[in-house]
Amino acid sequence: MSKQIRQLDRVVIRFAGDSGDGMQLTGDRFTSETAQLGNDISTLPNFPAEIRAPAGTLPGVSSFQVHFADYDILTPGDSPNVLVAMNPAALKANLVDLPRGADIIVNTDEFTKRNLAKVGYATSPLDDDSLDGYAVHPVALTSMTVGALAEHAISKKDAERAKNMFALGLLSWMYSRPYESTIRFLERKFAKRPELVAANIAAFRAGWNFGETTEDFAVRYEVKPAKMQPGTYRNITGNAALSLGLVAAGVRSGLPVFLGAYPITPASDILHELSKHKRFGVTTMQAEDEIAAVGAALGASYGGALGITTTSGPGVALKGETISLAVALELPLVIVDVQRAGPSTGMPTKTEQADLNMALFGRHGEAPVAVVAPKSPADCFHAALEAARIALTYRTPVILLSDNYVANGSEPWLLPDVDSLPDLRVEFATEPNGDNGAFLPYLRDPVTLARPWAIPGTPGLEHRIGGLEKADKTGDISYDPANHDFMVRTRAARIETIPVPDVEVEDPDGDARVLVLGWGSTYGPIGAACRALRQRGLSIAQAHLRHLAPMPANLGQVLRSYDRVVIPEMNLGQLAHVIRATYLVDAIGYNQVRGLPFTAAELETTLEEVLKNV
Amino acid sequence: MSEPVALKLTAKDFKSDQEVRWCPGCGDYAILAAVQQFMPELNIPRERIVFVSGIGCSSRFPYYMNTYGMHSIHGRAPAIASGLSVSRPDLSVWVVTGDGDALSIGGNHLIHALRRNVNLKILLFNNRIYGLTKGQYSPTSEVGKITKSTPAGSADAPFNPISLALGAEASFVGRTIDSDRKHLQSVLRAAAEHEGSAFVEIYQNCNIFNDGAFEQLKDPGVRDDHLIRLEHGQPITFGKDGEYCVVHPPGGFGLEVRPTAETPAEQIVVHDAGVTDPAYAFALSRLPGLDLRNTPIGVFRSVRRPTYDSVVQQQVADATAAQTETPEQQLAGLLASGDTWTIV
Repeated sequence: MSKQIRQLDRVVIRFAGDSGDGMQLTGDRFTSETAQLGNDISTLPNFPAEIRAPAGTLPGVSSFQVHFADYDILTPGDSPNVLVAMNPAALKANLVDLPRGADIIVNTDEFTKRNLAKVGYATSPLDDDSLDGYAVHPVALTSMTVGALAEHAISKKDAERAKNMFALGLLSWMYSRPYESTIRFLERKFAKRPELVAANIAAFRAGWNFGETTEDFAVRYEVKPAKMQPGTYRNITGNAALSLGLVAAGVRSGLPVFLGAYPITPASDILHELSKHKRFGVTTMQAEDEIAAVGAALGASYGGALGITTTSGPGVALKGETISLAVALELPLVIVDVQRAGPSTGMPTKTEQADLNMALFGRHGEAPVAVVAPKSPADCFHAALEAARIALTYRTPVILLSDNYVANGSEPWLLPDVDSLPDLRVEFATEPNGDNGAFLPYLRDPVTLARPWAIPGTPGLEHRIGGLEKADKTGDISYDPANHDFMVRTRAARIETIPVPDVEVEDPDGDARVLVLGWGSTYGPIGAACRALRQRGLSIAQAHLRHLAPMPANLGQVLRSYDRVVIPEMNLGQLAHVIRATYLVDAIGYNQVRGLPFTAAELETTLEEVLKNV
Repeated sequence: MSEPVALKLTAKDFKSDQEVRWCPGCGDYAILAAVQQFMPELNIPRERIVFVSGIGCSSRFPYYMNTYGMHSIHGRAPAIASGLSVSRPDLSVWVVTGDGDALSIGGNHLIHALRRNVNLKILLFNNRIYGLTKGQYSPTSEVGKITKSTPAGSADAPFNPISLALGAEASFVGRTIDSDRKHLQSVLRAAAEHEGSAFVEIYQNCNIFNDGAFEQLKDPGVRDDHLIRLEHGQPITFGKDGEYCVVHPPGGFGLEVRPTAETPAEQIVVHDAGVTDPAYAFALSRLPGLDLRNTPIGVFRSVRRPTYDSVVQQQVADATAAQTETPEQQLAGLLASGDTWTIV
């Protein structure tokens, strides 16, 4: 039976199930197959903080959304075209995001009386009219998987667990995905248990063949490859890209990388990743707490390493005193904050941008640091290198503000040529720099204002540094009022005068009167909203900040060139506050703290309102 | 870490140009002089020695040593020194701390540095009081201590630093006294020779806020009745004429002090710092009472186990030794790992 093939330009699929159903893995595999095909991709995992919430309940639902297209896309998509619901909880939790007409594939085996009752369904939504308007495909995923694996010498439990591969096979058929990478993946994953390799591949093929034969799926879809810049790509999450950026910073600086970290969601994956790269001279230390983690990193920097600590908001709060010490010691230090929804424990697996104030101002005394934020998963690589560059060149702590959305989301990454990456080599002090062979640890470079980095082991440069105020040049303890005033201003100037690239404005029509200013992970949704408005003939300009401290030199001029400036943020207006105070610009905030990224549609609506009233 | 060539350094070489600013009569002066005099013995070039401290009177120590040094923040010296020591195995890293710094605000870092057996020499100056903040009780102050913050007497029980260090799996634990230079240097020597964390408690007099806290251990008239000088391989006896001894009573868990005259010689415990079971050193640490009677000084415990530094460095060394490519080539390979695709 040959089926009709329909061309689509873009599709959004959401895989949803119980925490134990393997939905993240299923989504990852589908993404990888899609990447092989050459579509542009953006993904959004969404999972609970609980490792295994009670089975079949709403809090236990885990989902993975993938958006793929034959053109370049900026977000994981506002609403799914297809929902794969492995149980009633997954259906109930995700239905709200589904537009009418969407496809819903449900695992009917899980729609039992008991499972329905768990989530408050009095009757099965498959039997009443509550799914009218959707294209519902009831599939007995579990029993068909078990049936397909009857000949395999595995337990019933293992057979049932392979149902996610059945689902993946079905979806891979529906969207004509190349599946070789999934076969290879299964061979690697279960290398030690060949019977599971065979069973999972069989389940995948059963799902594929089911699509091919059942009459329920009359149409098969294709999404042609996107026109992308030539080169070699891989799909990468923000946390992985950030880790590789830090490894690259070690290679390009020639310095050993030292990571001090304490496990915290959603930053732990960076610790996991870096601990695998010892061959690059990377040392990782899982410290006893957040304070020790940054302390050890600072100690390593003092000894001549690139000291790094990775954490999330609660950890940055604990590290504040040590970051202030690093400000006083004027040593390189990279602090990675993968932001999550706060305050306190908040929603640890959900995203937010509410640590900007803490990054800029969250220390005692006048303690300025540089702040850099990546705009997308792949950009985390380059942002990490930029943070390391500033830290090493200007001998300062740098806070790298990632967030859960870019950290766990993924997109295709055009692999850079290693030789084109910035040269981060530094020179340690080797000779006395004062009269009569004296060493002055706080005699500054006139251009960078950085002090010499004289590491222990260097003969003749023995010196003492500390948190007490230091006299200019000599670094001796000083309580002199004029000296303190001078040192405070100098530390501020050190950050303010770091040269950072000008902010670029995207205004293809050239006549926009409204500027949208963003920072960090909102780049995608803002960009998608601006594109949508422009396609409708409206003019709007977009600018995005990578450097939050210091800010680009041209920013004030850019802001004043527009009648209105709108700043969407996943907080209650932290950047807007800084912009208003610094540039006296009457910026309008658009703020949302739901633990989820903005949708392009809501930003489009909001910005259209602004355009109407300007 | 001994050098083949004698460096011919003297105590003077370890004095920095900074004016020492402790109160006149402070026990810290004696410790500083003892350390400066001891340092040449290490025969390590000054540039390879680093003193890291926290906050408190004792933590000003690094400013006065003509080595590399960092005066850091309250309680965090062991953490900072751990990062330095792990990444720079060529250095001799010393931590100077106090009872408040190490046992209150920095308690977590102290126990974890000891647990890991990081190659640090940790000198804890214990004066049983907060000096720099002008006289509040500390975690080693006796119960009922009347201070500015406890006018009705403190309510909390003190730590026994030696017991704490042993509980934290310390591989080297010693105690000495600020005023006994010879003994102090003998313990420093043993600590310096130890591979791994060496924890040394130094009883130190604060003549302003807690004067005479350890007087019974210093007064020539009574000190011999109080001090137990531990000597490896020697029976533990003390008193002016060795009239007291330490025994392990059958059926008991700990050690006790008995009159030597009434004790058969074979029942007197022979000190062995290398006993694997920390219970022995722990029992020693429990001998003294509040009146400082039966206070052991010397090396309680000195056992060998792998240092955190060496294990971590070995992992990195093994991983890097296997590489034949340049770091840039390796990096290009790493970036392109996983599923890739090419667009032409």
